[in-house]
Amino acid sequence: MNDAIIQVHDLRKTYGSLVAVDGISFEVQRGEIFGLLGPNGAGKTSTLESLEGLRRPDGGALRIAGIDPSRQSRQLRALIGVQLQASGLPDSFRVDEAMRFFCAYHGVPPRDDLIDRVGLSDKRAAQYHQLSGGQQRRLALALAVAHKPPVVFLDEPTAGLDVASRAMLHDLMRELQAGGTTILLATHDMAEASEMATRVAILLRGKIAATGTPMELTATGAGLTKISVRTEGECLAKPGTDFPAVRQTQRQEDYFIYFSTDVGPTVSALIAYINAQADPLVDLRVERPTLEDRFLEITTKGAAR
Amino acid sequence: MNAFAYHFSFDFRVGIRNKTLMLMNYLFPLGCYVMFGALLGSINPGFLQTIVPAMSVFAVLGGALLGMPDTLVSAREAGIFRSYKINGVPALSILAIPVLTSMLHALLATVVIALTAPALFHGTAPVNWAGFLLVFLVAAFACAGIGALIGVISSSTRMTVLFSQLVFLPSMILGGLMLPFSMLPPAMAKVALVLPTTYAMDAFAGLAMGQASGTHPWLSIAILAVGGLMAFGLSVYLFSWDSKNATRRGHPALAALAWLPYGVGLLLLLRG
Repeated sequence: MNDAIIQVHDLRKTYGSLVAVDGISFEVQRGEIFGLLGPNGAGKTSTLESLEGLRRPDGGALRIAGIDPSRQSRQLRALIGVQLQASGLPDSFRVDEAMRFFCAYHGVPPRDDLIDRVGLSDKRAAQYHQLSGGQQRRLALALAVAHKPPVVFLDEPTAGLDVASRAMLHDLMRELQAGGTTILLATHDMAEASEMATRVAILLRGKIAATGTPMELTATGAGLTKISVRTEGECLAKPGTDFPAVRQTQRQEDYFIYFSTDVGPTVSALIAYINAQADPLVDLRVERPTLEDRFLEITTKGAAR
Repeated sequence: MNAFAYHFSFDFRVGIRNKTLMLMNYLFPLGCYVMFGALLGSINPGFLQTIVPAMSVFAVLGGALLGMPDTLVSAREAGIFRSYKINGVPALSILAIPVLTSMLHALLATVVIALTAPALFHGTAPVNWAGFLLVFLVAAFACAGIGALIGVISSSTRMTVLFSQLVFLPSMILGGLMLPFSMLPPAMAKVALVLPTTYAMDAFAGLAMGQASGTHPWLSIAILAVGGLMAFGLSVYLFSWDSKNATRRGHPALAALAWLPYGVGLLLLLRG
């Protein structure tokens, strides 16, 4: 069922002669975490800022829950929460003041619980410039969701964060998603996109180069799946052991490694052969190409054109 | 507390918490007040007759021209306005609140000056406190409007310093703060008549200090009020959310229109 809360149709954004976004279209379903990936200058920020009402598109139609971001800014404010890449708060703002300030403008009671939730309980009286980069980002996320918006835009939310802060932000994103919040996540971090996003779109030179779930994207690439096998005996070392769809073979210590274009037939044939040789299987690992591999494949191809 | 009131209270506290603003709002005008009172009072005893309005206007100029514009430009460059826009903070609040808080800071500094000048320097106190408050508010609004306009049109903090000094220095030297308007050479008097401080000092003299030098105080009040409204209106019109100050509704040169009321004042007073 189509329950799209964000609809982007033929979006165009230019800066003079530079075409930043060149007629892209996509939809984000309610409750999804949608990843927007792309190298620098691909058009991610222009797309996000057009949806956030910060920039007026030069063409196309945008809707967030039926609202046109460039014309209905007042209604838009209640619908969206935004964590900008650069947080943009006055240096003298104390953490608790920032929460009260933004909640006052959204017309909701201050959400001190969110300050605790992002681990800033002991920093309530600290001024913004006294916070570390990670603490500033956590505060920015807390402020973005304080008025419980149904749609949240996150621009590189975990860039430069330590492991614990990153895990905390990911937990919060999962909580928001579980509560029905839709998240549009722009990131350079492929592991983050792979782990968090329901679907992703890879932007390249203002166009969508690929879209789908992280699993779909990695499955459709030209990347080879790595299958590592170890048996007690040496049955795999025998000459003439060819398996379907295998393009390349290596041996690393006790493991035989096969690079396959079609993992199913290769693994089935491998197991059948090992069983037939009565050589006990010790270990078998399948490593699919990562989203990062797929991203590099797409962006390298795009750059070569 | 509603959003505007909370924003105002936050901005007022920042004016005390932020070292630069504390310097421009209080330490600089009050330090200069003590220095000028001691030095100029002994060199030129006539200065003591105008020390209260002169140093009040000085306090207004410090906060409005040297403090506020730089804060506005820095906030825009840091992307704070974009963050405000996303969270529904209106442009009117972003400009009106610094104008109001700079007026309040200047008023507090003025209270200190007005209450201590007679005792410390034998300075002349206002004879009409209501008139003094009226002139102060209108003059502070006129100068704060110019400060907001400078903050809006400046492309960088360097340009802010240039624009601010272009108004601040002539206002200090020719605007009746250090020397009475009547002592200026005719050519300089014409220049002085395009400065808000000249009208402020004239209105203070006529409506607050009971001095004969205030020859057209109500005209001065009107010119300051219209000047303040035009400067503030233009700052709202030319306001840009963009961190690079690249997008706005009109050309920054439109800011020159804020001097139209002072130009009219110049023509009227030259004919008169």
